[in-house]
Amino acid sequence: MATTTKDPVVVVLQMTGANDYLNTIIPYTNPHYHDARPRVGIPEDQALPISDELAFNPNMGPIKKLWDDGKVAIIHGIGYENSPRSHFRSMDIWHTCEPDIVGTEGWAGRVIRDLDPRGENVLKGVNFGQGLPRALALRGVPITSVSSLESYGVLSSVPGVAAADERNKILDRFARMYSPTIGAGPTMDYLGQTGRDALQGADILRAAPEGYTSTVEYAETPIAKYLRDIAQVYLADLGTQIFYTQHGSFDSHFNQPPMHTKLWIDMSRAISDFFDDLAEHDAGDNLIMVLFTEFGRRVKDNGTGTDHGAGGAAFVIGNQVKGGHYSSYPSLRPEDLTQGDLEPNYDFRGLYSTVIERWLGLDPVPIVGGNFEQLSFV
Amino acid sequence: MGNREDIALLGHLMRRAGFGATYAELAERAAAGYEAAVEDLLNPERFEPVDADVLYRFLPGYEGALGPPLNQAEWIYRMINTRRPLEEKMALFWHQLFATGNSKVDNPPELTQQIDMFRQYGLGSFRELLVQLAQNPAMIFWLDNNGNHLGAINENWGRELLELFSMGVGNYSEDDIKEASRAFTGWTVGPKIPRNPLGRFYWNFEYRPEDHDDGPKTFLGHTGNFNGQDIIDIVVNQPATARFLARHLYNFFVADEPQVPSWNITPPNDPDAIDRLVAAYDESNGDVRAMLRTLFNSDFFKQARFSRVKSPAELVIGTARMAGHFAGPRPGFNSLAFECAYQGQELLNPPSVESWHTGAEWIDGGALVRRVNFAAGILGDTALPGVSAIVISIRARGALSPDEFVDACLELVGPLEIGANTRAELLDQARSDGELRWDDAAADSEKRVGLMLALIAASRDFQFA
Repeated sequence: MATTTKDPVVVVLQMTGANDYLNTIIPYTNPHYHDARPRVGIPEDQALPISDELAFNPNMGPIKKLWDDGKVAIIHGIGYENSPRSHFRSMDIWHTCEPDIVGTEGWAGRVIRDLDPRGENVLKGVNFGQGLPRALALRGVPITSVSSLESYGVLSSVPGVAAADERNKILDRFARMYSPTIGAGPTMDYLGQTGRDALQGADILRAAPEGYTSTVEYAETPIAKYLRDIAQVYLADLGTQIFYTQHGSFDSHFNQPPMHTKLWIDMSRAISDFFDDLAEHDAGDNLIMVLFTEFGRRVKDNGTGTDHGAGGAAFVIGNQVKGGHYSSYPSLRPEDLTQGDLEPNYDFRGLYSTVIERWLGLDPVPIVGGNFEQLSFV
Repeated sequence: MGNREDIALLGHLMRRAGFGATYAELAERAAAGYEAAVEDLLNPERFEPVDADVLYRFLPGYEGALGPPLNQAEWIYRMINTRRPLEEKMALFWHQLFATGNSKVDNPPELTQQIDMFRQYGLGSFRELLVQLAQNPAMIFWLDNNGNHLGAINENWGRELLELFSMGVGNYSEDDIKEASRAFTGWTVGPKIPRNPLGRFYWNFEYRPEDHDDGPKTFLGHTGNFNGQDIIDIVVNQPATARFLARHLYNFFVADEPQVPSWNITPPNDPDAIDRLVAAYDESNGDVRAMLRTLFNSDFFKQARFSRVKSPAELVIGTARMAGHFAGPRPGFNSLAFECAYQGQELLNPPSVESWHTGAEWIDGGALVRRVNFAAGILGDTALPGVSAIVISIRARGALSPDEFVDACLELVGPLEIGANTRAELLDQARSDGELRWDDAAADSEKRVGLMLALIAASRDFQFA
């Protein structure tokens, strides 16, 4: 469990579309790597070495710096047995921890339920993005989902209503329209409660940017925008313990080099700015960030990009994180590959279990559906 | 032109049997009479289908098998522009019942084929529909019947056929599942053309006699060398099947029932209504159209106004239709597909074979905010043709008192029935600017109508169909 006085917080950053493990953490001295990647390989002299065997992608300089400070844990070879190559199915598995059946309950939703069993804080879990990822879906658990902190709100886009006083009048009407009624039935009551909760959540969130100042200038990229929004809500101390957001698409079948380069330039800068922002507010000690993707990509390139593979890398970043390598890089030798893909050697549910037990102080077994090997990064 | 009550009843029918209709269309249908409107809905072949050539010119590349949300957008285009509302609504009904998801199938065009099959067979014999379903490549792949082999059965399809698609839990044994699964061995999909490099291809149903278990089977008390069709023949003659289907139709068209998994222990809200639908099934030899004719013409249906929470698809498409938004080919259907997904119903990708939970379970905080913002943003936009028509219609009534103003708006968006809280707020809003007049441009009356419509769209009452 975290040794902070404040509640521990997790930011989950989903890399949607399958990030290419081999070009993120590059086995830069391994001849098999260069054999398999004649077209989309990264030359040895460009990679950013972190050991005699492995190097960061050249565009990950800001993350390498966090690594040098000992704040980055790399979880190698993460995945699960019989990994399907479908994005959708694989993401479902990561979201629900159900590799064998099609599950509907999200693991992060279960975490939020255990953190706040009576649902007292409508902001216990906040998603930044469009639509709710299944990871957060759980009946009875209120989740606030925000596409943009600036424009978030109930009735935020009524044509012709721009002035603040006019907007406030409309919101007051909304609150009264959703006020408790007698004898209207349970569904009307539930709708009323949900509407009032949403309004309350929006009101609290709207106040978050008011107290926020920072010298950090985030880039004008989607992921930077979301992480800046997360920083504002986190720094406003609203009791949120699970933040969720995503970036992508990492699905680099075609023309991978420029695409993957831009993704990691944007990601690295945004993540580094985010932690700088927290440091500036002396607030970095009770938050960790978990980065995952649904699977890695095929070892051998297809001439211009890479196809769907298995086994990837996850990252955990934060002041309290013990940086370093966890699990091990799967073998690249052609005879060790399965259908041309790396063989995953660490179950993703162990990563969740570590975060849930050692960081959040909850029992992970019912949340991830069993006992899985935990790591010592926290 | 019918009277107000006739129009209100037609509004109810069109919300349930379709995706709603404008006031002008309701008036027209009401003039022809309720039963005639029901028959028009039940006989979609009387009306032209959506022009697929126009559709595909505007959603090009669709048949090149691009991924979501293009296939979802294609369907939304049809739901908005169809002149056969019940045909599309039944396709949605069957999609929610025989929930098949792209998350596993990973072949959007094949799912679209399945929806088209629902259009073709969805109003006919339930037996024929189940046979088509059993031979549908997306379904075969979704429920692993391609892995169901002679001597090595996979029970997934056999189980769900009985549990989720026809009889419901508690009406068969585990042995019945195994025997049904044996009967469907050899029902598979032909060799698939690899997706790369040319994209996704349609799959084909293939029956392989050499992989079919032709031995004797005992299923629900019957014994024989059953094949898949024989199993379906037995299934459709089970009283449990008629009851299960009746309950699904009631839940989808009449009023919210408890969630499906509890049906074997929770009785229906209106047992008499279910009995009448079962009788229609029995008398017609399992004809879906006959059940729907009974349903739409019954008092239990006519009296069930605003007793169902709209699904996201109903809310999004109904609102867009009313506003005349996205009528005809134009860009932007993807955004409506995303909107359904953000509200909790990603079409062609249900969360599991158990489908979406309906009724109040459509609603959570995030979904409600999206529903409210979407509907208010559209109905409040007086530049949209359907909303502009509402403004013109109100203007034609001349100066209106606050009460008349509120009533006119409610009539033109439903007619919608509302609770006391909502009414009090709408009236207060109307009174705050006095009589609605059109002889003074400074009164900004068009804006007042837009704001009133937005408030109505934001209300709790608007969440119900």
